[in-house]
Amino acid sequence: MRMPKILFALTFASLAALFATQAGAQGLTVQIVNGVPSAIPITVVPFGQQGSGPASPVDIAQIVGMDLNRCGKFRTLPGSEVVESPTTGSQIKFATWQQLKQDYIVVGRTTYDGGALKADFELWDVNKQQQLLGLSITGQGSDLRRVAHQIADQIYQKIIGVRGAFDTRIAYVTMVGLGDNAQYALVVADSDGYNPQTVVHSHEALLSPAWSPNGQELAYVSFESGNSAIYIQNIATGSRRVVSGRAGINGAPRFAPDGKRLAVSLSFQGNPEIYTMDLATGALTRLTHNLAIDTEPRWTPDGANIVFTSDRSGKPQLYEIPASGGTPQRITFQGQYNANASISYDGKKIAMVQGNGNVYRIAVMDRSLGGQETFVSPGNLDDAPSWAPNASMLLYAANEGPRGVLYAVSADGRVRQRLVLGDGDVREPAWGPYRNP
Amino acid sequence: MNATVRVSVVALFCLAAAACAKKQEVKPQAPPEAPTTTTAPTNTEGAFTPADLQSNACLRTRVIYFDFDKSDIQSQFDNIVACHAKYLRDRPMARMTIEGNTDERGTREYNLGLGERRGNALASALEAAGASADQIKVVSYGEERPVCREHNESCWHQNRRDNIVYTTE
Repeated sequence: MRMPKILFALTFASLAALFATQAGAQGLTVQIVNGVPSAIPITVVPFGQQGSGPASPVDIAQIVGMDLNRCGKFRTLPGSEVVESPTTGSQIKFATWQQLKQDYIVVGRTTYDGGALKADFELWDVNKQQQLLGLSITGQGSDLRRVAHQIADQIYQKIIGVRGAFDTRIAYVTMVGLGDNAQYALVVADSDGYNPQTVVHSHEALLSPAWSPNGQELAYVSFESGNSAIYIQNIATGSRRVVSGRAGINGAPRFAPDGKRLAVSLSFQGNPEIYTMDLATGALTRLTHNLAIDTEPRWTPDGANIVFTSDRSGKPQLYEIPASGGTPQRITFQGQYNANASISYDGKKIAMVQGNGNVYRIAVMDRSLGGQETFVSPGNLDDAPSWAPNASMLLYAANEGPRGVLYAVSADGRVRQRLVLGDGDVREPAWGPYRNP
Repeated sequence: MNATVRVSVVALFCLAAAACAKKQEVKPQAPPEAPTTTTAPTNTEGAFTPADLQSNACLRTRVIYFDFDKSDIQSQFDNIVACHAKYLRDRPMARMTIEGNTDERGTREYNLGLGERRGNALASALEAAGASADQIKVVSYGEERPVCREHNESCWHQNRRDNIVYTTE
């Protein structure tokens, strides 16, 4: 398998180069940092063209292949080894793909009329010579890449048994310039970093973006008033409101799973405490009573509990408290510094920033395995882990020389992909919820 | 404040402080009218005036630094606390914002809390020295306003700081 590995690497290099060109316009580049030889082998054959319309402006098969590769669970056959080009199931010669040790093959056709793009695709099991999926997906106008992400989601769900999360969006903060010339932006993009759209511009710091459960709003912290304040903004319309502009810190907003409450950290009563806010009335319920810093509240998926960061024991550690109030229980015991939790959709995995000495890495604690922890990032100053809605991947922020960059890493830490802004700093990633197709 | 008063303020300080020889080289323009000190009676009582914010070496120091993950005021900054507390005592209308800052290590929201703790530590020290609580406002910027952006201790040290900003002199 030595030869294919090299080809695999070369293909990624050329894909990365291709992306670098496209990314100039997009503002983002994509790189595979390391691959997984044990991942499921799958071929995504370039899609054929149907009808007399123009060629599809997006390469569906390439986007599907990049999605499948970066989640860590699949390994696509490099383009140079895709020796035949079937576009329908009946054209597949299974012996060819068996010889190439492929488990699955995807074939398809696109029909494009200059506006709408229709992609018909089929997923086949190579060894059983059995069709697993045959679907048609249509996209409109500027959102044609979604067609490919939705195809990747269908393939992921059929083979892995969990809903795919490629057709999702992410939010993050960018900063360019220094001091008085600093320009901050809150940006929303596709999960692979494409189609970035700035939703907030500011001369002062922006941080802690958090998605509403329906994906229509973002809560975030802005210093534009001279102090921290929490805003909620509708992404599509841009309309927004201040939900907390009290004295002291107004920080760390997170929507409850039902979208009706916001957990926050406020210091107007003396030092940072965890509160929940009823979004209809603005009424606050105070959950913590302690001289320590209590911040970074995160709802458990059932909405029953809140995990938060507190330094009540000296250094920051994670605690859990009933969302209705009660006694906090410490839940992290490894590492000197644990903070900024992200809880997976099933509540089993908690990603966090774990600091030991001057090294801060992303650790994942599996509560279903007795709190066993694994590191999924190399450090040294990693921050802000954020699970994909299916917990297949995490986004996090890292430093690379003088600037901040974002990485997407598979849940097992074995595949990392870098999303880099052309200039300036990228930080504070937040992975959005599932979207309705 | 006119130039005459400024001269007398500088002169007063040179009596009080040993290390202001350099200040004397900054000569204000000669005042056309006869010199007089009667416009600054507080000076004769040793009270600070807004001009001292520019001329007094101690009052001109508007930043103090902290150890990693610490918020206690180090004794080397006791004189800074003392002179700013005196200024606030001498000028009850004066208002100050303390901006608490941290280095980049750790998470942004936790660092907001740590920056506030540093700001509060200075505010408490000023109040203990006689300043009034309603003269002081604390704002934490956490790690969002670094003055140095390299990833090393000398840089981190410069960023772990309280900045003093007079909003009303």
